[in-house]
Amino acid sequence: MAKELDKIIVHVAEIMINELKLEDVTPENFDPEMDLVDEVGIDSMDLATVALVLRDAYSVRIDEDDYPKLTNIRLIAEYIHRKLAA
Amino acid sequence: MKLVSHLLDDEWYARYKRISRLNIRSSIYDVTNRCNLRCKGCFFFSSDEHKAAPEEMDLTKWERFVHKEIDRGVNLAILIGGEPTLCLDRVEAFYKRVSTFCATNGLIKLPRDRFPDLMVGISLWGDETDEKTLRGKDAFSISSKHYEGDPYAYYLYTLTPKQIGKTERVIQKIADAGLKVHLQLLSNDEGVDGFSWTPAELVDIRAEMDAMLDAYPRTVVSSKYYHEVICTGRMQGQRFGWQACPSVTITQDNRDPQPRRLTNFIRWASDLETTHRCCTSETRDCATCKDGAAHMSWVMVNKRAHMNSSKDLQNWIEVYEMFAKLYQFIPW
Repeated sequence: MAKELDKIIVHVAEIMINELKLEDVTPENFDPEMDLVDEVGIDSMDLATVALVLRDAYSVRIDEDDYPKLTNIRLIAEYIHRKLAA
Repeated sequence: MKLVSHLLDDEWYARYKRISRLNIRSSIYDVTNRCNLRCKGCFFFSSDEHKAAPEEMDLTKWERFVHKEIDRGVNLAILIGGEPTLCLDRVEAFYKRVSTFCATNGLIKLPRDRFPDLMVGISLWGDETDEKTLRGKDAFSISSKHYEGDPYAYYLYTLTPKQIGKTERVIQKIADAGLKVHLQLLSNDEGVDGFSWTPAELVDIRAEMDAMLDAYPRTVVSSKYYHEVICTGRMQGQRFGWQACPSVTITQDNRDPQPRRLTNFIRWASDLETTHRCCTSETRDCATCKDGAAHMSWVMVNKRAHMNSSKDLQNWIEVYEMFAKLYQFIPW
């Protein structure tokens, strides 16, 4: 189960790097605990862009009301993991 | 990867964190098709937007509409017109339910016992001469008495080429009235003689706007980067225009590729069903549009484009703070 979550974390990081064109970072070294707003500088439109790709990848819809809670990659991955398990 | 905390010192980082999660979601509402002035250059009348749809007269429908807008995620209602103070019940329908900003020409005083902290933006088109030329009367002499010392009111001073060299006197009068002012530029929709910008005049007015901000920092709510963007129409290598504008009504936005834009933004006509193309006139040439809110929003939705350097990100913060102050998300 932990391995499954780790895979999702790396995949979310990969999507975020590709969609937001983040430089000098790889999916493997992207700190999953890093605050996406206060450190990476993403906004709700960025998150909406990433959410669309995640929906296609996992068939999981991220509710817009949940965006404020998804402050780092681990929380996004856990959100997807929970929805997949439900 | 450039990180916010690496680009900013502690003071700037604290300022960034104060605004980074505000997540402002605005839409614009024509409260009425009527106005008690007919100003030359006012896009609402020059482009016949007052004829776009009949006004909804049933107040309960306005109240229901506001609830639907809140459900749609709107957390800032920007009321324009016509003249919203002609329809205070409709203004109240918003004010009681959502953060609201009300634009007005200031001829009718908003009753503060009914709207104690409603932020009011009073339109001003220049000194007495230009006000009379463009609006038919010196509205400032009336509005400044109505709102003298009001902490929830400020002037939206629309600069015209004829104001070059004259703005300080106007700003001093605003300061004397105990009010603040935000500077914006006229987009000459009607082609009124002598009120269209030349490139040289835009250079001059930008320098004057900067000088006024330096001279009256407690009165002028602005930023030099905003002056640069609105006067040059350029930001981070991009040019303002239809393809870049962030404030196009979402249901009419068929641009491909989609630029970064305001989330779910709509400008509603006063029948509460019809929408306008964007925050300003549909007949306006986007390449020469000088709409202040559109240019501010253009900066705000492009945060990561400003993460190239400390100075760029500080510029972004100043513009976001300016917007947040003007719409009361943070204090002056």
